[in-house]
Amino acid sequence: MKRRDLLKTMGAAVGASLGAESLLAQETTTPTSESVGVLVDTTRCIGCGTCEMVCAETHRDAGLALPDDVDLSVERTTSDSQWTVLNRYETDKGAVFRKTQCMHCLQPACSTACLTRAMHKTPAGPVSWDGDKCMGCRFCMLSCPFDVPKFEYDSPVPRIQKCTMCWERVAEGGTPACVENCPADALTFGPRSQLLEEARHRVYTDPDNYVHHVYGEYEAGGTGYLYLAGVPFEQLGMRGDVGTASFPALTREFLYGVPVVLTLVPPFLVALNRAFKGDSHAEGDSRKEAEQ
Amino acid sequence: MSASAQSQAVAIGPELRRFARFLLHELKPKRPIITPFNVISSAVMLLGAVLLFIRFTRGLGAITNLSQDYPWGLWIGFDVITGVAFAGGAYVITFMVYVLGQHKFEPIVRVTVLNGLLAYMFYAGALLLDLGRPWNVINPIIGNSFGVSSVLFLVAWHFMLYMTAEFVEFSPTVAEWLGWRRVRAMLKSLTVGAVVFGITLSLLHQSGLGALYLMARDKIHPLWYSEFIPIVFFVSSIFAGLSMVIFEGSITHKVFHHRVGRKLHASHEGIVVTLGRICGMTMFVYLFLQLLIFTHGRRWEYLGTGWGAWYLLENVGLVALPAMLFIRGYRNGSVGLIRGAAALTLVGILFNRLNVSVIAFKWYAAVRYVPSWMEIVVSLSVIAAELWVFRWIINRMPVLGPSLELVHDEAALERRPTARIA
Repeated sequence: MKRRDLLKTMGAAVGASLGAESLLAQETTTPTSESVGVLVDTTRCIGCGTCEMVCAETHRDAGLALPDDVDLSVERTTSDSQWTVLNRYETDKGAVFRKTQCMHCLQPACSTACLTRAMHKTPAGPVSWDGDKCMGCRFCMLSCPFDVPKFEYDSPVPRIQKCTMCWERVAEGGTPACVENCPADALTFGPRSQLLEEARHRVYTDPDNYVHHVYGEYEAGGTGYLYLAGVPFEQLGMRGDVGTASFPALTREFLYGVPVVLTLVPPFLVALNRAFKGDSHAEGDSRKEAEQ
Repeated sequence: MSASAQSQAVAIGPELRRFARFLLHELKPKRPIITPFNVISSAVMLLGAVLLFIRFTRGLGAITNLSQDYPWGLWIGFDVITGVAFAGGAYVITFMVYVLGQHKFEPIVRVTVLNGLLAYMFYAGALLLDLGRPWNVINPIIGNSFGVSSVLFLVAWHFMLYMTAEFVEFSPTVAEWLGWRRVRAMLKSLTVGAVVFGITLSLLHQSGLGALYLMARDKIHPLWYSEFIPIVFFVSSIFAGLSMVIFEGSITHKVFHHRVGRKLHASHEGIVVTLGRICGMTMFVYLFLQLLIFTHGRRWEYLGTGWGAWYLLENVGLVALPAMLFIRGYRNGSVGLIRGAAALTLVGILFNRLNVSVIAFKWYAAVRYVPSWMEIVVSLSVIAAELWVFRWIINRMPVLGPSLELVHDEAALERRPTARIA
C-alpha cells in the first residue's frame, strides 16, 4: 500500500469518526430548573379515570380512543390507542390507584436509541415523537426500561404512540390535559425542581402517610414524572430494580470506543500489511500469475 | 466538436448494442430450468411476495406475530443478527490474505467476499421489510437528523459503508467478466484500502449488533445479558463466519463443480483443514470469555433452572463440542469431521443470536413471541432470492476459478463483446 493510500484511509477513518463528537453533549444534558414534569400523588387519587378520558379526547387526532369494555381486575398497559391508563392495586393499605404513562426520563433510553432523532427530549422536558423522521425500526420500544412506546402494527402507515406530556399545550403556557382535569388534585404540573420540593414537603408534613421516597427522583437517572405513595412502590406495580443510572450510560462506553477503533485499527492493519508484504513473493500465486 | 470525437461517438452506438446483447445473453439461464430447487424456491418466493404485499398494505401485524412486548422478531433476530454473523467470513479471510499475506487462502477469497456482499445485501436488506416507515430510511443518511447517540445509527451506516467496501473488493471479478482490463487494474488497486476499511467496519458493526441489546438490560435473561455482549458477538462472528465458509464451500463445490478452478480444486481440502483449526482455537478463546462473564456475573444460581440447561446446551453442546471436533479434525486431517463441526457451530451461533434477540428476550413474559409461518416463509424467500443471485453470478463470473480466457488465451478476452466499452 502506498503512502497516499495510507493517508486516504486515515482521512476516511477520521471523517467517519467526526459524527461522534456531539455524543457527549446529548447524553450529559442535565435538567435545567425550567425542565417540567408531573407529580403524581397516589394517596390523593380516587380512581375516577378522568385522566384516561380527557387524554383520549385531547389526542383524538393522534388516533387515541378509549376501549369499549375495561376489565379493572387485570393490570392494563398503555397501548397504541391509549397513552395513559389507570390501574387498581390491592396493597397493605387497601385499594390504591396509579396512573401510568411515559415517564419522560431526563436521559431517555428511547431518544438515545433513535437513529433519526424522531424520538427526542424537548428542551422544556417532554419526550416527543416526530413522524416525519421516524423510520419505524422500534428500537425505542426495545430500549425503553418502562416499555412505554407502542407501535401501530395494524397500519400501513404506523405511528409510535406514547404520552407527549401535551407538549403543544405546554409550549403555549398550558398544562397537560390530565393534570388540568384531575378532580382530586392528585396531579401537579410544574418545573421538576419545584415538584421535588413540593413532594418532600408533603412527605415531611405528613410522614406517617407517605413512603419516604419520591419515585423518579433518581430512578433511571431521573424522570419527569414523579410519584408519591403510601405503600412501597413495588405494590403499585412499579419497578424497584430499575436502578439510578441512566440507560444511555449502558451504551456510552461502546460508542466511545467507536472513534478509537476507527482511527487506530486502519493504520494498524496497514502496518501489518506492510510487515507481511515480503511473504507474498515466497509462495506461488497462480491467480496473480494468471492475471499478468 | 472535432471530427475524431464525432467518429468516436458514432462508434459507441454499435458497441453499446453489443454490450446489451452480451448482457441479454448472460441473463439467460445456463442450466436446466425445471429442477427441484428451482420449483420449490420459486414457489417460496412467490408466496413471500404475496405476503410482503399484504404486509405493506395492511401493516406488520397482518403477517407477523410481533407485539408491543416483542418489537423485534424473526426478521431481525434471524435475518439480520444471525445472517450478519454468518457473513463474517469475508472480513476474516480478507484479513488473512491481504493483511497477513496468507496467500494460501487466495482461491476462496472471491467466493467468500461474494457471499459476504450478498448476505449483507439480502439479510441486512431484510431490515427494510421490518421497518414500519421505510420511506424515512433515508433520514439518518442524508443528514437532516443524525441520531449519533444511537447504536443502530452506527450499525446502519456501517452496513452501507461495508457493502460498498465489499463491492469494491469484488469489483475486479465483475470487470474480468466484462473483459474490462483497464477498469479492472484500477479497481484492483483499491482492494487493500477497501479491505482495511472493511475489517475496521466489521469489527465495529459485528460488535454493534450486540450493543443494540445493551439498553435492554432488564429484558434479557441474565445468562445471556452482560455488558460484554459486543465482545461476545465480535469474537463469535470470527468462527461463525469461518464455519459458514467451510459449510458453504462444501456445498458450492458439489453444486458448481463445473466452475471450480484447478487451483481451488487442488487446495480446497487443505484450506478447510486450516480454517477448522482457526475456528477451534477461536472457539476456545470464546469459551474462556464466556466463562469469565459467567463467573464474574455470579450466575451459578441460574444453572439449575431450565434456562441453565438451555445455556449449557448452547455453550457446551454447540461450542465446546464442535471446538474439540475442529481440533481433532485438524489433527487427523479429516475434512468430514471439520465439516460436521462447522455445521454444529452454525447451529450454536443460531442458538446464541436467537437466545439474545428472541428466546431469552422477555423470558418472564406471560405471552411469548413465536414467529408466524408467514414470517418464516418471508425469511425463506430472502434466502432463496439470495441463492438465485449467487448462482447467477457463480455461473457467469470468474469466482471459483480464474476465467479460462485469462489463463490460456489473452486474445479471447479481447474478443469479449464488452471489452471495448471501457
